[in-house]
Amino acid sequence: MKHVELAIIGGGPAGLAAAAAARRNGVEDILIIERDSRLGGILNQCIHAGFGLHTFGQELSGPEYAQRFIDQVAELSIPCLLDTMVLDLSEERILTVTSRTEGLQQIKADAVILAMGCRERPRGALNIPGTRPSGIWSAGTAQRLVNMEGVMPGREVVILGSGDIGLIMARRMTMEGAKVHAVAEVMPYSGGLKRNIVQCLDDFDIPLFLSTTVVEIHGRKKLEGVTLAQVDERRRPIPGTERYIPCDTLLLSVGLLPENELSAGANVALSPITGGPVVGEDLSTSIPGVFACGNVLHVHDLVDFVSQEATLAGEAAARYLSAGESQAETIPLLAEGGVRYTVPQFIHRDTTENVTVRFRVGQPYRNAAVCVYVNDQLLRRIPKRVLAPGEMEKVILRPADLPAEGGSIRFCIEEGTN
Amino acid sequence: MYDVLIVGGGVIGCAIARELSRYQLKICLVEREEDVCTGTSKANSAIVHAGFDAAPGSKKAYFNVEGSRMMEALCQDLDIPYDRCGSLVLSFDAADRPRLEELVRRGQENGVEGLEIVEGETLRTMEPNLSSQAVAALYAPTGAIVCPFTLTYALAENAAANGAEFRFDTCVERIERTDDGFAVYTNHGVLHSRTVVNAAGVYADVLHNQLCENKLTIVPRRGEYCLLDKTEGRLVSRTIFQLPSTMGKGVLVTPTVHGNLLVGPTAVDQEDKSDTATTAEGLAQVTSAAGRSVSRLPMNKVITAFSGLRAHIAVGADDFVIGESAENFFDAAGIESPGLTSAPAIGAYLADLVAEKLRAEKKNDFIAKRRGITPLKELPFEERRTIIEKDSAYGQIICRCEQISEGEIIEAIRRGARSLDGVKRRVRAGMGRCQGGFCAPRVMEILARELQLQSTDLTKSGGESHLIAGQTKEGWDK
Repeated sequence: MKHVELAIIGGGPAGLAAAAAARRNGVEDILIIERDSRLGGILNQCIHAGFGLHTFGQELSGPEYAQRFIDQVAELSIPCLLDTMVLDLSEERILTVTSRTEGLQQIKADAVILAMGCRERPRGALNIPGTRPSGIWSAGTAQRLVNMEGVMPGREVVILGSGDIGLIMARRMTMEGAKVHAVAEVMPYSGGLKRNIVQCLDDFDIPLFLSTTVVEIHGRKKLEGVTLAQVDERRRPIPGTERYIPCDTLLLSVGLLPENELSAGANVALSPITGGPVVGEDLSTSIPGVFACGNVLHVHDLVDFVSQEATLAGEAAARYLSAGESQAETIPLLAEGGVRYTVPQFIHRDTTENVTVRFRVGQPYRNAAVCVYVNDQLLRRIPKRVLAPGEMEKVILRPADLPAEGGSIRFCIEEGTN
Repeated sequence: MYDVLIVGGGVIGCAIARELSRYQLKICLVEREEDVCTGTSKANSAIVHAGFDAAPGSKKAYFNVEGSRMMEALCQDLDIPYDRCGSLVLSFDAADRPRLEELVRRGQENGVEGLEIVEGETLRTMEPNLSSQAVAALYAPTGAIVCPFTLTYALAENAAANGAEFRFDTCVERIERTDDGFAVYTNHGVLHSRTVVNAAGVYADVLHNQLCENKLTIVPRRGEYCLLDKTEGRLVSRTIFQLPSTMGKGVLVTPTVHGNLLVGPTAVDQEDKSDTATTAEGLAQVTSAAGRSVSRLPMNKVITAFSGLRAHIAVGADDFVIGESAENFFDAAGIESPGLTSAPAIGAYLADLVAEKLRAEKKNDFIAKRRGITPLKELPFEERRTIIEKDSAYGQIICRCEQISEGEIIEAIRRGARSLDGVKRRVRAGMGRCQGGFCAPRVMEILARELQLQSTDLTKSGGESHLIAGQTKEGWDK
């Protein structure tokens, strides 16, 4: 059986940054395994600008941002298997992989970094009633068709969901000659970044209907239209508010799901909230030697943060390979009162670095505060004018902030006392 | 001039074609859609009924029990999945016990083997996830599950291998009797045949009434279903039915041969013979009714919903209509549940009837076996590796969720898939939890390459179901 020190599953932004960091921290024998025919992952189809402000102080396109990391990986002579699918990962870190060129093989890895990214929630998950014609696409699939293959799925478009990909595609389809009639969002607020609402909808006069959803799909063979309706506070359609919009294309941007089938197969503990592995500040999972970073861990808004997180995972994998697993006690991070989750979910007591804790809120807040309690003692209170589920937040903890033995750290939102 | 013209490429039409192809006959099957298995055969419960439901003495009872007996061997011959997982009919009220006993008696009269009533610990041990409301159940060990798609494709492929001809996108407009048989008028001209077999599903009444005195009215009875992720496939190990009650007719919860969980169907009569839309009410009804059988049914794991139309005869008969309904015109009409189960038996029965009428001789070179498309995922490591070594296309995964390789997709296309749905139903690319989000563009690429089509010619399911409107920026010309 082939053997590598570090196998990285996924050659997108997370896998690339993790590989570069691991090599810089002394790991000689690294293998990136990528299922697509090129490195860069989903960035390859994100041809809009806005990537890299935090990392490079520049507004790059997705492929440009990816290329910077692809270049690093090339300069560091890190080998990659392209067009190669990992079929299975075992608890013992044996990968079963297949490709056209190498066939079916097994690879034993001393350490593994999970960097498989996420996938889009499909129509079926929403149970939208109606027919099942052609013309219904997840927004990311349409993005691939338009940006990478140069073809248009349709000309008259309705978009369900105001996630970032949906917003970006509203602009893209318009610029490619389609008419985007509406973006409908079932929640009373958008799930996307504020800047995308402005730059992708407002600038193009595309209406965003909040508290609105698609209640029926029409057309036997080809999509002919959708019925939109407003919903009440429990997201039930309100009778009498229906309106029919003729269209040949319905794009769905209704959520991203970390893709953890391999992780589950290796018995990596997963969080029911994020859908990704439960990790420590070193991005270690419940299985020794298996680390996770990027959208496979939790869905990020900005690729810059993916790169930062992946760098930590690469460094941690290098430490694991030279010094073994951390035996230190772990301190749980608890997400409560308005905070949906935190990543990491625990911190090793012996950490010597500051820890960036990222999280999302469950609903929008105005004039609230992010509060961090250590054993019920208020450690930090950060006033926020606006908090929204669509914007990932962070708090930085110092080693000195960590509680004594047996303690925990609690994150919550407190309202109205600013 | 054909000897036999079969109208309808569902599982019934294809079973008849396959059984008729044992004889020295010139056979043609016409199908209005672009492929076989596009109507009721693609949207049903995918189960083999044991046969305790139908009234003793009825055609439904006879063909059900016969079909159930034939199915396993047929699936072996055709190299398709079959799982005799057994079935349970739940009762939710101790007072309903006589009704379970009645089912046992009826089943025994119909010739169903092994029926027994189970309750208490035995029932819970068999199915730990049943709801607490379930008090007892009829257990039928001969209940089974199959894949209705591959069953239909396999029957069609095997019929074709034995000389039967298939004409797609061919819709029968009317049939006239001639001196030596029939003139069948279609959107692609007139076909002549000595005999006609009517397997037109929900449209069978239209054909039947053109030639027969005793008129039929088929009212499509819609059934809606939800399909759950493979993560939930082990929630139950058997097909779980419900005794009909004041709460409604009940729905089933069943594992599928591919490891998903299927729940449904509803039953609502409608006039439209082609409307297979799902409804908010129907999906809600499936959810609440299935919740009676199984506790904590994870409906957040639904990956798709669909509906199918049962060919229910409302006027003219209260059973399957199978036989020579007019001189040289043979019906397989009103084939609602247990139609899928009955298909092998209906096929054999009608084929023999037609062959006898035509005094046809059996071939001595009939090919009884068909080799399926090997699902690579299910092979042991070494076997899988050997196949990839022989043909590297099997090493390239296209559908991540179901782990379907390019080689399998190419084989599906070479066996007749012409659309995304045709590929999906043959080899399951796009059938998984992302529902084609990742693989659809790649399957489209392979379809275009293998069939030498432009991207604008590609369809989801034939006809007008185009996937691509044109090139980017073309809209600016307008």
